[in-house]
Amino acid sequence: MKKYDAIIIGAGHNGLTNAAYLAKAGLNVVVVEKNDYIGGAAVSRELHDGFVYSNCSYVCSMMRQVIHRDLDLTRHGLMLVPYMGTIAFGEKGERLISYASEGPNYNELKRHSPHDADAMYRLMADLERYSTLIRKTLLRTPPDPGRLRFRDINELLFLAKTFWELGENELYEYIRFFTMSAAEFLDDYFENDFIAAVMATPGIIGTALGVDSPGSAYILLHHVMGDVDGNIGAWGLARGGMGAISKSLAGALREHGGEIMTSAPVQQVLIKNGKASGVVLDNGDELEANIVVSNLDAKRTFTKIVDRSDLPERIFKKAENFKIRGSSGKVNIALSGLPKYDGVPNNRYINRGGQAFIGSMSTLERAYDCWKRGTWSDDPFIESVIPSAWDPTVAPPGQHWMSNFIQYCPPELADGPWTPEKRDAFGKTVIDKIERHSPGFKDLIVHMEVRTPFEIENEVGLTEGNIFQGELTIDQLLFNRPFPGYAQYRMPVKNMYMCGSSTHPGGGVSSACGANAAREILMDLRKSNTVPEDDCSDD
Amino acid sequence: MTQYDAIVIGAGHNGLVCAALMAKAGRKVLLLEASDVVGGLAASREFHPGFRASPVHGVTYFSASVSKKLDLARHGLSFGPALPTIGLGQNGEHIALLGDVATGAMQADIDAYPAYRKQLLRYAKVLNALWEKTTPRIGGGNLLDSLVYAQAGLKMRMLGREDMGEFVRILTLPMRDLVAENFEDPRLQALLSWDGLIGSKMAPRSPNNAVLPLLLRMSGENEGDYVVPKGGVDALVRALEAAAKEAGVDIRTNSPVHKIDIAGSEEGLKAVGVALESGEVIAAKQVISSADPKTTFFDLVGAENLEIQFSNRVDRLRTDGFVAKFHAALSKAPEVPGLAHSNGRLLIAPDLDAIEFAYDAAKHGEASPNPVMEITFPTEHDASLAPAGKHVLSANVMYAPYKEKTDWSDAARTAFTSRIIETIEAYAPGFSALIEGHELLTPKDLEHQHRNTGGHWHHGELALEQMMMMRPTYGAAQYQTPVPGVYLCGAGCHPGGGVMGAAGMNAARQVLA
Repeated sequence: MKKYDAIIIGAGHNGLTNAAYLAKAGLNVVVVEKNDYIGGAAVSRELHDGFVYSNCSYVCSMMRQVIHRDLDLTRHGLMLVPYMGTIAFGEKGERLISYASEGPNYNELKRHSPHDADAMYRLMADLERYSTLIRKTLLRTPPDPGRLRFRDINELLFLAKTFWELGENELYEYIRFFTMSAAEFLDDYFENDFIAAVMATPGIIGTALGVDSPGSAYILLHHVMGDVDGNIGAWGLARGGMGAISKSLAGALREHGGEIMTSAPVQQVLIKNGKASGVVLDNGDELEANIVVSNLDAKRTFTKIVDRSDLPERIFKKAENFKIRGSSGKVNIALSGLPKYDGVPNNRYINRGGQAFIGSMSTLERAYDCWKRGTWSDDPFIESVIPSAWDPTVAPPGQHWMSNFIQYCPPELADGPWTPEKRDAFGKTVIDKIERHSPGFKDLIVHMEVRTPFEIENEVGLTEGNIFQGELTIDQLLFNRPFPGYAQYRMPVKNMYMCGSSTHPGGGVSSACGANAAREILMDLRKSNTVPEDDCSDD
Repeated sequence: MTQYDAIVIGAGHNGLVCAALMAKAGRKVLLLEASDVVGGLAASREFHPGFRASPVHGVTYFSASVSKKLDLARHGLSFGPALPTIGLGQNGEHIALLGDVATGAMQADIDAYPAYRKQLLRYAKVLNALWEKTTPRIGGGNLLDSLVYAQAGLKMRMLGREDMGEFVRILTLPMRDLVAENFEDPRLQALLSWDGLIGSKMAPRSPNNAVLPLLLRMSGENEGDYVVPKGGVDALVRALEAAAKEAGVDIRTNSPVHKIDIAGSEEGLKAVGVALESGEVIAAKQVISSADPKTTFFDLVGAENLEIQFSNRVDRLRTDGFVAKFHAALSKAPEVPGLAHSNGRLLIAPDLDAIEFAYDAAKHGEASPNPVMEITFPTEHDASLAPAGKHVLSANVMYAPYKEKTDWSDAARTAFTSRIIETIEAYAPGFSALIEGHELLTPKDLEHQHRNTGGHWHHGELALEQMMMMRPTYGAAQYQTPVPGVYLCGAGCHPGGGVMGAAGMNAARQVLA
């Protein structure tokens, strides 16, 4: 029977990245994937004739450019298309259009508040300064303050130095920003509630926090620290859908001799006297390997595919306490034409951007209040984009597909689990809100896929449907991710590793977790490192 | 007329402590109080003919070093035994906490409680290195200063690898996660989250800012247990006043300060004294304010004397109070089914969601329709607060937003008051029939009564971004302010609020240095 050097569980972008770098180092690797398609949450799926949905993640910005270049993903078919211009809708008919170019953007803000138009420069400068700092840590393994071996001290010193360069007062400002709520942080910049609300939305996407919850300011940063071609904060689309990212990673993997096995759900990791030795698939097949890498979230990894008796009890408890909360929904819609919006100039350029159906700061917070109560708001926050407006390959000519991300959507409802009826009711809430801003929208709908955390968990395998594989709160960041003492990608079981977004630096299609894990594995195997250093040249 | 070395503004407990310590060190000190009594928020005021009460419930973590330095025992301060904290349940089933002992909760939780408390106490002791010292600027000051942090860091390392990791992890957990990780019983969960939330704009689900204040509260020798001085909170105020007077402090009540006198010259600005609202001007080289930062810098110092970035930072401080005070004059002690009369504190907070949802309303500018509260009977400790045989009920009620959407119209006040009374009635049938009079102190009222911006207990949120070397904000976090001769000594500076006295003590040390 064939024995692999390494088995990677889960063909999401981090699993594929991890496998690619191990294969590049000459290891004989196989990625096992439960679904009959690869990509995990970065997929392109034709769920209706000619319409290709990126039905989980839908925009791209956090992908580490250095990995993109190093694995030559462009040659393997990845093409990033920056998209620009987003129309945000308020509840009293306000509209805020964000333009790519500075002049129009400034005037648009000025329309709402001259003060805030100026404040926006301040905010952007601050956010860029803050994100530049975090970016330096993305492709590095966090130190373990509990162990303080040479490498840990080194890494701590690196962090200290990096933050020190801010200067004393900036350091205080940084701590402030890092721990505050998005609403209160932005309150220091904007007088206009709607503008503040628009800027606060990245602070709640994917998280079980509200704009008013301390900690949401960091989530905001997490969403603006990415870049498209070094353009920090910009967002892009992958031509052909997010699946193109997974496809190109798979291409790189295969080129280096790696294998991928789809429709191969792992039942359990084989552990013999404290050492991982392979996996058993649902169909009973056994695969042997020297190393097993899990790309599943930490909770699943520790509580589902590893036998509890193989773990120290306290570690099992930590895994059970890992905060991974479903809070988002997704509605993917096939449209017979491009929707038009009330009071928005029929400008081809503007209508090719994204839409943010917001309301006000309190609309956002009230939507969170609903989530807490195990229901969804009838006025939810919807972040939409129409990729087909930029990418002709994802919808039939003249027709479009629209990605709608909804915050919030509870993993389970107060009155019991999700049912198809409740799911459809949730979907209706979403299109109702869009229809309010785009009369006639519903008539354009050709096909619609509604995904609550329930579907996301069952299809993608993310516990509770949490898109980050674990909350991005301070107790679960850096050397606390997924939990203290295990932030360096190694499991408490010998020869077993983690490479998913449950590890540093966390969620978002960045490939950083997978790459970092590969570097650690190669270090343990005394193989030369194939993972590039992050060149923050654009910083 | 007397020439003073220093003037302390505000005779709250921190003002008293600071003034007394400075006088003990030989300075000539004048302590000015705007109201007619000393004690600030700890002072008891009449709210109904013959009935008095103080906003302060207990002195759980009053600094032992302050008591020692000022020999408060000799001035009549002594503490009763630790008192239970009781979580009221419907139909007479209550849970109680005292020391390591939990009673009335699920057995598994009762068994788990001692270990949980010991763990938190271990962490609280790590932080003890910080509270009674000035927290120096990081990297800004001299190396010696930074030893404070080194010391805390060392203590942390000494916890051992596993425990230290856990410490770092839970430090920013929301109370909900912290207690839910350890306990099942909904009432116990609510009870244990309370001390992390009370007084702040915080709910069980709010991350980052709950655990640190909780550990601060557990720092004293009472280890977080509820403690009241023998003779009630007044006894503390009287002891502090006596200590101050003995040390030679001149105390003047009814002397609201209009402005801090600031003289400018080529060398820059410096404080030269204060001007009272009466027009009287008193000279002094040092002026130490126990008023909250916003009042101190905007009303007393004046923004015109501050660099713009600094005043912007003061302006953005989070100082909105979220707790209301309810006082009731009772013809006799109310009966709580299943509860022998208690001199402890009673909590009405059935579960975490009850607290969370009460907060949700306040967050949106409404008084909680279903308030949660902490109740005490001050007359249990000081009979003089009410006519013979009668009682005072005092409750800290959450949540009551400073910025209420009707700006606390009479309608809003009446509605909130009756919700409070109905809520208590549900746990103590017949309660409302005993009420002879009552008062509701919203954060607005507290602000009006005590001149603390936002009516905030702690003169500003005890949140990470406003604690330690960032309290109230950098540039004023070591008790000195940007204006030479002007100092802070109130709850608005490190370590913060609660009847602790450490701020006043640290400030005195800094001014004398």
